[in-house]
Amino acid sequence: MARSLYEAIIDGVLGGGVYALMAVGLTLIFGVLDIINIAQGILVVLAAYLSYVLSVHLHIDLFLGLLVTVPAMFLVGVTIQVLFMRPLRGRERVSMSLLASYAVAIILEGVLYAVFGPGTVQLNAWYVTKGVQVLGGPQPYYLPYIYLFGFGLAVLLVGVIYVVLYRTQFGRSVRATMQDQTAARLIGIDVGRVAAVTFGIGVAVTAVGGMVFGSLNAFNANSGYDLISRLLAIIILGGLGSIGGALAAAVFMITVESVVDIWSPSWSVVVFYAALILVLTVKPTGLFGKREARAQ
Amino acid sequence: MRPHGTRFLTLTTVAASAAMVLASCGGGSSSSSSGGGGSKAPIMIGVSLSQTGDFSADGQAFTRGYNLWANYVNSHGGLLDGRKVKLIILNDNSDPTTVQANYTKLIASDHVNLVFGPFSTLLTVPSAKVAARYGYAFPEGAGGGPAVFQLGLRNVFAVSPPIADQLVPFAEWVAALPASERPKTAAYPMVNDPFADPMTQTAQGILQKAGVKTVYAHIFPAENPDYKAGADQVAATGAQLVIVGSVDVPTVTAFITAFEQQHYNPKIFAATAGPDQGAAFLKAVGPGNATGIFVPNGWYPGLANSLSQQFVQAYNAKYGGTPADVNADSAEAYSVGQTVAQAVAGTKSIDNKVLIAWLHSHPTTTVQGPARYSGIGMNVVAAKFIFQWQHGAKFAQVLPAGAPGSVPIVNPKPAWGQG
Repeated sequence: MARSLYEAIIDGVLGGGVYALMAVGLTLIFGVLDIINIAQGILVVLAAYLSYVLSVHLHIDLFLGLLVTVPAMFLVGVTIQVLFMRPLRGRERVSMSLLASYAVAIILEGVLYAVFGPGTVQLNAWYVTKGVQVLGGPQPYYLPYIYLFGFGLAVLLVGVIYVVLYRTQFGRSVRATMQDQTAARLIGIDVGRVAAVTFGIGVAVTAVGGMVFGSLNAFNANSGYDLISRLLAIIILGGLGSIGGALAAAVFMITVESVVDIWSPSWSVVVFYAALILVLTVKPTGLFGKREARAQ
Repeated sequence: MRPHGTRFLTLTTVAASAAMVLASCGGGSSSSSSGGGGSKAPIMIGVSLSQTGDFSADGQAFTRGYNLWANYVNSHGGLLDGRKVKLIILNDNSDPTTVQANYTKLIASDHVNLVFGPFSTLLTVPSAKVAARYGYAFPEGAGGGPAVFQLGLRNVFAVSPPIADQLVPFAEWVAALPASERPKTAAYPMVNDPFADPMTQTAQGILQKAGVKTVYAHIFPAENPDYKAGADQVAATGAQLVIVGSVDVPTVTAFITAFEQQHYNPKIFAATAGPDQGAAFLKAVGPGNATGIFVPNGWYPGLANSLSQQFVQAYNAKYGGTPADVNADSAEAYSVGQTVAQAVAGTKSIDNKVLIAWLHSHPTTTVQGPARYSGIGMNVVAAKFIFQWQHGAKFAQVLPAGAPGSVPIVNPKPAWGQG
């Protein structure tokens, strides 16, 4: 039993890193723009397909391919913000953004179906199936390199975004926009540009999440739906808008789920959401709620 | 002006989004093969299929099978003295609620003459109830789970083999292996699905009686995007045999990826669905990982049945590829059409009450072989086959061993990547 518990905790921590890669962008976009980007799940899938095209058709290594997919996803994000989000104004802007991002998800899903068809694909590389042995015994336990690299990237990305937000001029503009868009505009900040760039960054980081997700799962255009509910739960638990909170919540949630999996996989999903409700009951703003995040 | 503009934009966004949601949920398309314009009204046949969602790959294969049948019928004079058939296909997004709404619309609003079944037991259960409420016959090709027959409906006709028994030839083969070759332990991870679980549990019962100890048997939620932790638990048991109760390629792939990561190679590996998806499965797992994997099904392109051979030829002529590319789902759909065509020819009617009575008292023949229906619509004479991926990315029929075209089993399964 102890052995299973160790394995589940390791699986949860590293798997949490993978989810954090997908959730960080979502929470960043909410933090700055007050937009819950329902399209984040399908954007993860789009990023996975981009990695797939580079890997299969151009034989570019998945990690090297990020040099192409990250900027490409940034442009996708900026385009979505300019075309679909920027025109939304007024008191109903937040609820309208939900619908608009859902519309984006449906459009992207349709395009991906048309281009790639309904069949599933998976990304392959040596580090997906190879790993380092950490537990011995008759059936040794291995830590797959892809999880290690994914977790490392998640920590790195959170760090980079933190530095950008809190140690750069652009970050100050972003935080000013987070606190009060009107005041930010009055002191000369180009709020429209900040919004577009932030949305672009939020989508660009999904390039990394999509690559790791696509390495671990066969996916098709429909795969985004199973993801989005979990990603939303993670960023709510972490505190909407909190980058570090997303990482902490992802690790916490996936670890809880993995541990419950030992006894009953059918309860693991229930516990996943029960943990969310429990934490929110005690601390309604999540682990690192919006107010706290913006006060950092 | 600004408020006006914003309001307009808001309304536009809402309307556009709502339209797209509706389109994705219940968007329809109709297809027919005209083959010449007769003056008689076409026979309208309503179908709900999963063009999107979890069953989208299967749904599209079903669409091909139904369309191929409609083309064949229309190019051979139609049904009932020259009436063409016209398919009205709605998308159910693999969702049980939407599929129910679709059949209600097809019957009560579109007034189709006949309906054909959707893909999967999960979607057949709610659909069959709708059809029964309106007195429609419900021939279907992919709803063979016990949950369908437990409804006790007399309008259901499952043309494919009942799925609860589909792994029986496999389990009996394992049970009959010499003691030195027979696995000592087995693991049964299953997704929560009325197709996957009965089949897996029936096999588990046979294997337990044969002395194969169950070391893992858990049911996962159907909408689970992450099987890594569960698969690692299975690997930790070191079970010598694994049956994954799956409904799609991603589930099986997730287990294979995790097993490979853990250097865990069960001697025997089977899945209830996924490996039957041909090129889609190979593309996801790679030929080196596919070899040795078993999957049950009721049909294969090499089936020694003249109807089946004609179907395969027609399929390749219309959609291209080789016989190996023909998906069993398409054959199941085609069988539904054939069943109805025989009933219409036998009764010279498209009255659903008449068709139901005829199908309960007459055998039919389809590309899948003979069919005869019990009072609850189970095909009691259907053949059951077990397939295995073998070296060279070959999908071979291996059980029953005496069936035409059957080849020897690869046992044990090669290590991952070595197949």
